[in-house]
Amino acid sequence: MIRESGRFRVVRYVAYVVFGLFFLLPLYSMLDFSTRDVATGARTGKAWAALVQDEVLRASIVTSILLAVLTTVLMLALLVPTMIWVRLRVPQASRLIEFLCLLPLTIPPLVIVVGISNVYAWVSYLFGNSAYTLTFVYVVLVLPYSYRAIDSALSSINVVTLAEAARSLGAGWSTVILRVILPNITSGVTNATFVTVALVLGEYTFTSLLNFPQTMPYVIAAIGKSDAPVSVAAALGSLIFATLLLLLFSLLGRRNRSAKEA
Amino acid sequence: MARRILRVSIVAAVSVTALAACAPPSKDSGSSGSSADAATATSADDLGGMDGLVKAAEKEGALNVIALPPDWANYGNIIKAFQAKYPKIKLTSAQPAAASQDEINAAKSLKGTDRAPDVFDLGQSVALANTAMFAKYQVATWDDVSADFKDADGAWVNDYGGYMSIGYDSKKVPEVTGLDSLMGSEFKGKVALNGNPTEAGAAFSGVMMAALGNGGSADDIGPGVDYFGKLKKAGNFVPVDPDPATIESGQTPVVIDWDYLNAAETAKLPSWKVVVPDDAVVAGYYYQAISKDAPHPAAARLWQEFLYSDAGQNLWLGGGARPVRADAMVKAGTIDQSAYDALPPVNGASVTPTIPQTEKAATYLSANWAKAIG
Amino acid sequence: MSKLSKAAPWAGLLPFMIYLVVFLLAPTITVVVGAFQEDGRFSLVNVNELFSSTLLTVLWKSVLLSGVSAIVGAVLGAFLSYLIVTRPATSVVRRVVTAAAGVLAQFGGLSLAFAFIATLGFSGIVTKAVSSSLGLDIYGNGWIYALPGLTLVYTYFQIPLMVIVFLPALDGVRPQWREAAVSLGASTWQYWRQVAAPLLTPAFLGALLLLFANAFAAYATAAILVSQGQPITPLFIRAALNSEVMLGRQNLAFALAFEMVIVVSIVMAAYALLLRRASRWLR
Repeated sequence: MIRESGRFRVVRYVAYVVFGLFFLLPLYSMLDFSTRDVATGARTGKAWAALVQDEVLRASIVTSILLAVLTTVLMLALLVPTMIWVRLRVPQASRLIEFLCLLPLTIPPLVIVVGISNVYAWVSYLFGNSAYTLTFVYVVLVLPYSYRAIDSALSSINVVTLAEAARSLGAGWSTVILRVILPNITSGVTNATFVTVALVLGEYTFTSLLNFPQTMPYVIAAIGKSDAPVSVAAALGSLIFATLLLLLFSLLGRRNRSAKEA
Repeated sequence: MARRILRVSIVAAVSVTALAACAPPSKDSGSSGSSADAATATSADDLGGMDGLVKAAEKEGALNVIALPPDWANYGNIIKAFQAKYPKIKLTSAQPAAASQDEINAAKSLKGTDRAPDVFDLGQSVALANTAMFAKYQVATWDDVSADFKDADGAWVNDYGGYMSIGYDSKKVPEVTGLDSLMGSEFKGKVALNGNPTEAGAAFSGVMMAALGNGGSADDIGPGVDYFGKLKKAGNFVPVDPDPATIESGQTPVVIDWDYLNAAETAKLPSWKVVVPDDAVVAGYYYQAISKDAPHPAAARLWQEFLYSDAGQNLWLGGGARPVRADAMVKAGTIDQSAYDALPPVNGASVTPTIPQTEKAATYLSANWAKAIG
Repeated sequence: MSKLSKAAPWAGLLPFMIYLVVFLLAPTITVVVGAFQEDGRFSLVNVNELFSSTLLTVLWKSVLLSGVSAIVGAVLGAFLSYLIVTRPATSVVRRVVTAAAGVLAQFGGLSLAFAFIATLGFSGIVTKAVSSSLGLDIYGNGWIYALPGLTLVYTYFQIPLMVIVFLPALDGVRPQWREAAVSLGASTWQYWRQVAAPLLTPAFLGALLLLFANAFAAYATAAILVSQGQPITPLFIRAALNSEVMLGRQNLAFALAFEMVIVVSIVMAAYALLLRRASRWLR
């Protein structure tokens, strides 16, 4: 491995400090406000205690985690085979897919809800009124981010050559996708999963506009409506919770992932 | 062969889109005849009196309300009281942060599902523009409400109202006696308006209040816009949207908003005071209505009966809002006298802009507000 | 036989396309149709209003805000990604930064706005600390409640988003290549320009495009920070759809949404052109 110059190491540590300050200071402000008593200004853990004791919140955490898992699975099942397929067999379609995957981002959520209301009336009719039906629209919402993460990974390996080599050795398509290409894009798939989970755990607009009050972001907003320190504690708490969840996931994943260590 | 595949896929895509474009077969609760009756009931008598209404509502078992924040005119306690009185009816409070137009949009988007809103609580403009979506119903205490505050047929009725006020943190800024106080240098970076006046009714009324206090009138909102322009130039006006977090963290120590909303903040922050400026009194009432396509029509009507009962009206009073039956209740002695006396004093004739006046002011605002503030 | 094999590859896209048709096409069609309607009939009145000086200024400000925050986010995010990717995959720093990036990339709206107000607002923590220790007034004229402040707040989620979508590309750059280049006498600059950059350019540009679209469509944070005057297009859309003071402008909102789709399409076309140019130059 190439040793870094001492000069670069200084740059690295300075960068860590600057980035750290930039990202942590606003979070510290949130912590500061959420641990302060409104009337007296004294330090108190009241807001955080209220958060932990709320039962509705606990139920909603389970709902949201399950929703995140469902969305991730459906997203991966739809997106990964399609993207690999496009690279291998229908490269003319790549611009089209890229555009379609960017579209959900450009249409404002309010407008999407207006357009999707008939579709969701059908979804409610077929699948009931459970909050898990949000999976369908969440997969669409997360497309832009997941697409880009997976595409980044695909662009850095030579998909066509790998596939041809595997096929010439007699592999079927599912083997090519699952056992040849997928292991080489784990970074992209992992990041796509991260962003999906983070989106589901933080998404408020659609769960509110489509009236599904059982999800975590909704309950958090509801709790915070009447109590400002609790709402800030809830926001900070959900950030920390999501980060810990993702960390856990990354620890459970492949431990010897690195293709970098020769 | 390829062409057939192409044809099949096109047909599949088109039919799926077509299906998606029409509404699904409506889940008819027509099996229970009582729901159909409730949807057309224009008063409790149509369902066999209050007892019949309660029974029909409990059979429906659910109620969807929308855009009712818990600290807005004490809705948190109203919802709790309703749940305690009718435990068999599960109340779902959706989108507490929604604006009036969001309520109408939700009713349209969710039409036919069980999650559509049953009742509305709307600002003046949105209410009067959408009366076709309301069901006609007259509550038991209908006659207590004067004719100005209700639709003759019962499509809508005013529920509570308040006056435009200035709320301020007495620990962070000096005493505020009127609009002129806010121009002082001690208010630099401290004054916020609740929303954008070209969008939100509360902000619109705030600018109207500034107009009244600076020589304007309900027909002329110009002086109000000029006032805020001056406030911005002095560096006192911040364009941020205030909420309890910004107030309690000291970022917006002065907020121009409805008196009952400012009063809710006093309950949490004892140093928060509320003043209605003399001779710049803008009144605003909200409009209560039942959705014509309510998924739970009997429960919706029961909710209205509860709101207009003495208990419901006093709960609104507890939140600092003026209930529409106040005068009748004072005469009958059923009003919560201590809460009534605690309302901020009002000096001067109150002004409520009519729809034509509102439209004229809105046009002026959309042309001039951004320029004055930007 | 050949006709079947020509169509079959496209059939592999069917599941994805059908899903999109159902859940994405309907809203898109609503936007396009609604943009050209007024009062239920065909009309160009809303599309014409898009070219009014007010709305063109608003559009320009949106593009500027999105462009600047995208470029700043992309450059800083790429740099941060580079710092992490040179750590082994099991390092704590890498795991924590990646997890945090995933979460902060989606952080926005009310909470983010409040966090920044509480930090840099008139009575913000940093404002007070700087003024008491260094005597400087960083609040000034309230720049944080206007476009410059919004740009700073946007980079808060743009940088993590860049890390999330660009890191996988950096992961594909093998350290062996650098060793090989060095052993052949290449300088660091030459390595980057001739080995790493060609590989990374498509991913970088793609990520930049995403960051632009992300900022362009974002409105929840701006709605709080710059609640007065609608300086950017998404706020105008929200006002047109939700205003209780000026009613009946739903079709204008659709026209504006249509305009946003067009703008992003144009940016995407420019990106595709740039990609083709870059790949030719680097060959």
